[in-house]
Amino acid sequence: MATQATSPVKSPAFPFRLRFERRVEVPPPWLGPAVSVGAIVIALLLGAVVLRLVGGDPWAAYRHIARAAFGDIGVFSDTLVKATPLILTGLACSVAFRMKLWNIGAEGQFFAGALAASAVVLAPYVPAGAPGWIAIPAAAVAALIPPTAPGWIIIPAMLVAGMLGGALWGFIPGWLKAKLRVNEIITTLMMNYIVIALVNFFVFGVWSEGGFQMSRTFQKAAWLPRLADFATQVKAFRGLTTHLGLVFGVIAAVIVWYILYRSRWGYEIRLIGDNPRAADYAGINITRNTVLVLMTSGALAGLAGMSEIAGVVHRLQTSISPGYGFSGIIIAWLAKLNPLVVVPVSILFGGLILAGREIQPSGVPRLIQGIILFMLIASEVLMHYRVRLVRAGAEE
Amino acid sequence: MTTSSPLAVEMRGIVKRFPGVLANDHVDFELRAGEIHALLGENGAGKSTLMSVLAGLYKPEAGTILVRGQPVSFNSPRDATARGLGMIHQHFTLIPSQTVTENILLGLDEPRFFMRLKAYDQRMAEMSQRFGLQITPHVKVWQLSVGEQQRVEILKMLYRGVDVLIMDEPTAVLAPQEIGELFKTLRAMVAQGKSIIFISHKLNEVMAIADRVTVLRLGKVTAAGLKTSETSIPELARLMVGRTVLFDLDKKPQEPGVVVLQLEGVCADNDKGLPALRGVSLTVRAGEIVGVAGVAGNGQTELAEVITGLRRCTAGRILVNGEDVTNRPASVTIHKGVAHVPEDRTHVGSAPTLSITDNVIMKSYRQPPLARGWALDGKAARQKAETLKVEYTIAAPTVDTPARMLSGGNLQRMILARELSSRPQLLIAMQPTRGLDVGAIEGVQRLLLTQREQGAAILLSSEELDEIFTLSDRVIVMYSGEIAGEVHGHDAETVGLMMTGAKRM
Repeated sequence: MATQATSPVKSPAFPFRLRFERRVEVPPPWLGPAVSVGAIVIALLLGAVVLRLVGGDPWAAYRHIARAAFGDIGVFSDTLVKATPLILTGLACSVAFRMKLWNIGAEGQFFAGALAASAVVLAPYVPAGAPGWIAIPAAAVAALIPPTAPGWIIIPAMLVAGMLGGALWGFIPGWLKAKLRVNEIITTLMMNYIVIALVNFFVFGVWSEGGFQMSRTFQKAAWLPRLADFATQVKAFRGLTTHLGLVFGVIAAVIVWYILYRSRWGYEIRLIGDNPRAADYAGINITRNTVLVLMTSGALAGLAGMSEIAGVVHRLQTSISPGYGFSGIIIAWLAKLNPLVVVPVSILFGGLILAGREIQPSGVPRLIQGIILFMLIASEVLMHYRVRLVRAGAEE
Repeated sequence: MTTSSPLAVEMRGIVKRFPGVLANDHVDFELRAGEIHALLGENGAGKSTLMSVLAGLYKPEAGTILVRGQPVSFNSPRDATARGLGMIHQHFTLIPSQTVTENILLGLDEPRFFMRLKAYDQRMAEMSQRFGLQITPHVKVWQLSVGEQQRVEILKMLYRGVDVLIMDEPTAVLAPQEIGELFKTLRAMVAQGKSIIFISHKLNEVMAIADRVTVLRLGKVTAAGLKTSETSIPELARLMVGRTVLFDLDKKPQEPGVVVLQLEGVCADNDKGLPALRGVSLTVRAGEIVGVAGVAGNGQTELAEVITGLRRCTAGRILVNGEDVTNRPASVTIHKGVAHVPEDRTHVGSAPTLSITDNVIMKSYRQPPLARGWALDGKAARQKAETLKVEYTIAAPTVDTPARMLSGGNLQRMILARELSSRPQLLIAMQPTRGLDVGAIEGVQRLLLTQREQGAAILLSSEELDEIFTLSDRVIVMYSGEIAGEVHGHDAETVGLMMTGAKRM
């Protein structure tokens, strides 16, 4: 509406008022990053005010956060471990959001990937009395990949299984959306609950270790290599938990970026996302792309689940995600859906999570996270409007 | 409307600047009470800006505004409405899920808490009767046609006690018969003492409805308060464009070639699932323009969509160069050399936030040189966009500019650039000049004639009968999803009768 062109903030007691003018021309390329950095600085200042109000010393707190997340190679390595699943779920959401498919099921696809990847390892350990639909496929998998299989067989198998598991969890909402126009927000959300219940079923029942709510620990061959594993060769790697999953994440980011900006398929995704009717007019198959994009999104989140289970947890259990899938939504937005920006944003976010725990289990760190997010989203308006301070009542 | 009528509005020396443009350069404007005053000018001449200043949307950098002799200064549209000035924009500001009455009451102080819709429905009905506006107050807005929605906007302004109604290109969205309705309403309003400012770039409409006309060009007044009875269309066109516009295009006689498009008994449904095409058969030959005349909504849109593979064909056959393309996906018809200039530029023809480059490769990204296997050659795409930008004079800072930043004329040039640069064998051109100003129309029409000379088969649909007659070799008339007949030569009367269903062949 045209009234947005001038919307004076009325406050008669104040001699100035703000005026928002719609930007007529394309904003310069430096404006985006500048606005984002500005927003983060303001958010940190606001956070400082809050910290002060609750009686803390903001600078000490920030120093502490910085040190706890990035202070030395050891904690930075832990930050990277936290960032790894975030990179992959962030990418998962970026791909889907590019096409305006609101996949909020990355959490579920993460679990589906974790479950499928675990199944590769745990197939030989299905108890004797298991029903046929579990026992028969498990026997087949166990015959192909025995517990004695080396890492170079078992890890790729887990990777493929994890991505397929996630892709399946994306395929169902994708198919429903493409064929029956079922709202994907609802279905992806619901699919989260289904897969978590399914994981519980396996963790509490089929693969329960001695009645505990977790499976047995995977054999070493199914662990993603960590930097610490090479400590005998490189001394500096001693105790570093960063694992191969980070490499998966970075490679995935590059591939997703390439697909989106340098491939025909990515062009189709961007075109559908911007204007589906124009895409239809250009002869692009929207139905097929809806299914494919949600499957790709699911596969990336599934890979996150696989990486977490094979790189960090080393067993299947219920508490494998503090909400990585949902954080992926936030990360995707903070990165403005740019796959390459997802990586640094995830590392910052991972650091905040890690350092947050250091200071206080909940509360202030979460609050600062919230303020940063809020500021970044609010700063978006500066990309579309220019703000002017004018004298109240003055003829400008 | 004698010269002694008091001035309803007087604008003196208005200056309004936007970054990089001087939209209004010391503009004077006078509106007498009880007149319809047209504000004429090309796209970007500053008409809408001037009126947005008057309606309180923009503040001018300089100049004064007098309403009934009183100097005023508006800070918001609300202030302008309080002084009896209201503007109706091209894009309506209605809430589809609410009723007509609810929309009209929106933002008002009365009713305070309880809506008492029944009573207000009654008032709205009375009011609409008085001005000859046919509106059912309790109907939800989404159920209304565009013409009816416009009536709601008018009623909204009348209900707010507006004396001076500013209408920004009100006919742009209307079908011909709706335009007639609108003109009746406007006359009824003037008869009851209202004054109307009618922003337009359509010369014949201005001549038909306005008492006086002010012409703007590049932000300056080139003619102030000309009486329409004392001017002519060519003179207005000259004032508007700044040079003499040739209304007769140079169309060379030429023998049509082979049949490129053939339709045999084609049937299709519209979006509501009702039959929109009932057994349409036609042929278009190479080097021939076939004009499709008809009142909007008689199947023209569906005809274009069914040929280009965007709509399902329920019966019949469609052949392009002798090959059956019935119900093949749009990608197949694109590959067969069918270009399509869609009716709806912003919602169908372009992707608003994508760059000009991304927009011009929409049809050609599948083939080399743009496609290299799975990958897309960014450099080649950019190169193509740069070339087309120059060739079709698309005014934009760079080829990275998003399509939404382009003006209507430039957007249409971008779409034409994309469609024509593929050297189409068949071109389906839907309303290619709608909403464009005189200069741009001429350019688009020349482009179509060039395509014809190069041997393309062209199916042209337009609501401007003059355009159809100027450009077409043959004219077919569509009425109610059927072809009512075919006309050779400039026989406007027969076409008119066929368009209204009064005559068939």
